[in-house]
Amino acid sequence: MTNRSFSSGLEIAPTATQPGPLARLHLDLPLLIALLLLCGYGLLLLFSATDQDPGKVDRQMIRLGLAFAVMFVLAQIPPSELRRWSPLLFVLGVVMLVSVLVIGETGKGAQRWLDLGVVRFQPSELLKIALPMMLARYLAKRPLPPSGARIFLAAIMICIPVLLIARQPDLGTALLVASAGAIMLFLAGLSWRLITFVGVAAAALTPLLWYLMRPYQRQRVLTFLNPENDPLGAGYHIIQSQIAIGSGGLYGKGWLNGTQSHLEFLPERSTDFIFAVLGEEFGLLGILVMLGLYLFIIVRGLYIAGQAQDTYGRLLGGGLTLVFFVYLFVNTGMVSGLLPVVGIPLPLVSYGGTSLVTILAGFGILMSIHTHRKLLPA
Amino acid sequence: MVESTFKDHLGECRLFVRRSVIAGVLVVAAMLLLVSRLAQLQITSHQHFSTLSQDNRVKIEPLPPTRGLIYDANGILLAENYPSYSLEITLEKVEELETTIAELRRIIKIEEKDLKRFERLRRQRRRFEGVPIRGNLDQGEVARIAVNSHRFPGVDIRAQLLRYYPLNEHTAHVLGYVGRINEEELKRIDASDYSGTNYIGKGGAEKSYEGVLHGHVGHQQVEVNAKGRVLRVLESQAPTPGKDLRLYLDIRLQQDAAAALGDRRGAVVAIDPSTGGVLAMVSRPSFDPNLFVEGIGSADYRALRDSPDKPLFNRAVRGQYPPGSTVKPFVGLGGLETGTVGFTESKYCPGFYQLPGHSHKYRDWKRWGHGSVSLEKAIVQSCDVYFYDLAHDMGINRLHDFLAGFSFGERTGIDVSGELGGLLPSREWKRRARNQPWFPGETLIMGIGQGAFLTTPLQLATATAALAARGHFIQPRMARATQVPGAQTMENVPAVSRQLSLSEQHVDRVIAAMANVVESARGTAKRIRTDAYRIAGKTGTAQVFSVGQKERYREEEVAERMRDHALFVAFAPVEDPRIAVAVIVENGGHGGSVAAPIAREVMDSYLLGDLRKAGKGDADDQ
Repeated sequence: MTNRSFSSGLEIAPTATQPGPLARLHLDLPLLIALLLLCGYGLLLLFSATDQDPGKVDRQMIRLGLAFAVMFVLAQIPPSELRRWSPLLFVLGVVMLVSVLVIGETGKGAQRWLDLGVVRFQPSELLKIALPMMLARYLAKRPLPPSGARIFLAAIMICIPVLLIARQPDLGTALLVASAGAIMLFLAGLSWRLITFVGVAAAALTPLLWYLMRPYQRQRVLTFLNPENDPLGAGYHIIQSQIAIGSGGLYGKGWLNGTQSHLEFLPERSTDFIFAVLGEEFGLLGILVMLGLYLFIIVRGLYIAGQAQDTYGRLLGGGLTLVFFVYLFVNTGMVSGLLPVVGIPLPLVSYGGTSLVTILAGFGILMSIHTHRKLLPA
Repeated sequence: MVESTFKDHLGECRLFVRRSVIAGVLVVAAMLLLVSRLAQLQITSHQHFSTLSQDNRVKIEPLPPTRGLIYDANGILLAENYPSYSLEITLEKVEELETTIAELRRIIKIEEKDLKRFERLRRQRRRFEGVPIRGNLDQGEVARIAVNSHRFPGVDIRAQLLRYYPLNEHTAHVLGYVGRINEEELKRIDASDYSGTNYIGKGGAEKSYEGVLHGHVGHQQVEVNAKGRVLRVLESQAPTPGKDLRLYLDIRLQQDAAAALGDRRGAVVAIDPSTGGVLAMVSRPSFDPNLFVEGIGSADYRALRDSPDKPLFNRAVRGQYPPGSTVKPFVGLGGLETGTVGFTESKYCPGFYQLPGHSHKYRDWKRWGHGSVSLEKAIVQSCDVYFYDLAHDMGINRLHDFLAGFSFGERTGIDVSGELGGLLPSREWKRRARNQPWFPGETLIMGIGQGAFLTTPLQLATATAALAARGHFIQPRMARATQVPGAQTMENVPAVSRQLSLSEQHVDRVIAAMANVVESARGTAKRIRTDAYRIAGKTGTAQVFSVGQKERYREEEVAERMRDHALFVAFAPVEDPRIAVAVIVENGGHGGSVAAPIAREVMDSYLLGDLRKAGKGDADDQ
């Protein structure tokens, strides 16, 4: 396996340049099909979750079209160009994060939005792409595994945006961006000793984190630990979503027949909790189908990363794919009661545009990495 | 350098692949964890969550039964349910509340107090529930709203069945009224049966027949959303409406009796001796029971409660008065029955009575005395001395036991709630209540219906009816029958009765004496004599104010409230009694002059009203 991947990086390059009709458009067919299937499945679900509101479904389709367009555009840009723009994008993202704290708009009690006149924009979303790009470029410059000094500098690069996002406060996104950074370091070959050390240190610092959390964040953690404590307040989301999933059973109640979702017992059912609608209406089988699609996308992403010709492409491709997985796991874990409630949408399925664009932009980069391969410059 | 770069590439590639394989394994592990969690929710605990989801969605709503109606003996409606229209605003459907209310005020009257109530209720209800802004819309207002309904989305007219007593104050004490269920009542009733009901009987027949009138609640299963809004009905079970009640009460007689009493405080109870049915039961002053149905205002309530005339007080069943001389026929009958005295045996009345060895003079109402007095004369002229002596000879035990047979001193058991039992004194009672021995003097004054002896007008009427029925004592009652709404047949309310063992000859003699109270030239009620039918009666005057040993009672000197109560008991016709009446006029003075004419009017209305109706000629003797 290792050998094959290794050799493919060197010798199978010519096959990649054989131009198929989609390769000429710099698209990866298996990935594209899986993404389209997933998004279609998501629209079906959204139609039910929005109480058959065609307006909302139309809007989501427009957003999907826009996001796929972004993916297509990014797929055309060769990785070398992306690498060149990485630092600029990162600095731009950080500057916007700072300006959001200064002049940003407040929504739901946190400053996350930046009004650019034409569009309202969450700079934290940009960092989900920009940070992996920056780290990939920085780490790929010198031989891997990185030296202690470079790890330290990389950690600082991670901490700046994470702390800025946490200040908004948007703990969910901050954790995602931090995990993106951690994934990059892990893929770059961070030594196991250091990983263990960081893990132990993080565990030791948990009480400190508790101290830094805002009351509503603490409440979420408490509620996660014991939702029955407050069944009509903070525990309501968790209890109702578990009822929705559990009552769906193996086969589900049928499309449009979920009582928990259609009778409004399930909160945030078209956004963060859409996975519960899936569980209720399509049952465990419907969930397995969706998880299968996700798994296929992730495996394909890792494969593409493994096929990449340079360290930058490998690190970036692997990182973006794994961040996508973290997205998925945090959301599904939250909805099924494995993790505390963190406001993270189900990637490519939840109603809403910003994360859609970020994620498909990531897949655009993956496709770019995969379709711009040529013989390695000696 | 090239070589090292090459080596680096090789190493880095291997490193990356190793790491991404580890990451892939972690991804799969995490997915398995997730799937096992989902399997736990969806397969292992599926049943549990299914139940929870069902409980979430299905609510059981009560369907309140319609309350039974109440009719009088002739089928006249006494208590009905009428649709009351109120105007409600559903907040979630209204865009501009202020404007809507302002516009509404242009077509119907909405007062400040309505607005205040609206503001208060608004906070208690959910946004999709109607909040009443005006109650009791009249036909015109309903029509104006209906015509303009397109201008007022979210404003609806709601119909609700409210209890209404069309003869208002005439039925207040008899039927009681319904009102909102209070906390105490909530403890008593079957809460599930009343889950859709807001009102409960608060007195009179409404209270004692609550179980019959109320009916049984129905249910419907409805699907609701998280906010509690009903989306559709899944299953329903209709309520069982309450049964209608048919009374013995003759509302025309009831009104005539009230008119006869006029503005005086007092009570009239008329009973049919053959059935025990209450033909009329009046307590004056009265009140409008309809005020209480929707909750009486505190000012109105205070006025009723604090009035010195006590309009809320049901004198007929709760008023406890000394029976005075009206008890004499019963005491006399007791004397005959116990063999204490013979019918023709005479006693001498010098105008006072003294117990052997005592100097205290028990006075007769007639200062110079009646002379030689037989039982007949004693009843006709109401001689006190005769009954002092008779009571003394009978002794308290025999006197008490005989009177107890007529239900004096205990509740008659009538189906009107709140009845009091009066007080029939006895040795045992005296020891228990006052911790004192019985004094012989108390026996004497009990013989003329004074002292601690208390009766209700209902007890007097019941005892008189039992006498008229020759000792057939029937527990008095309002309700004749119950009827399932719409059904042809009625279910009779059974009578509870007992036969007192009385000698027919003794009863006839006492009744003859009572007839002479009206018919004899010296009878105390001679002024009510009529040729149309024969009346047997007995006057009574109950002391409110006790007169000192050396004083005489002078009516004009005594404050109005301290004057004697006037009483009269009677039944008619003597040969075939159809009505027995007891009248009490508080502070009315003499029974013969004040109470007896009222009884006469009642009997005229009942006996001659029927004759007139049947076209048997002009029987009016005036």
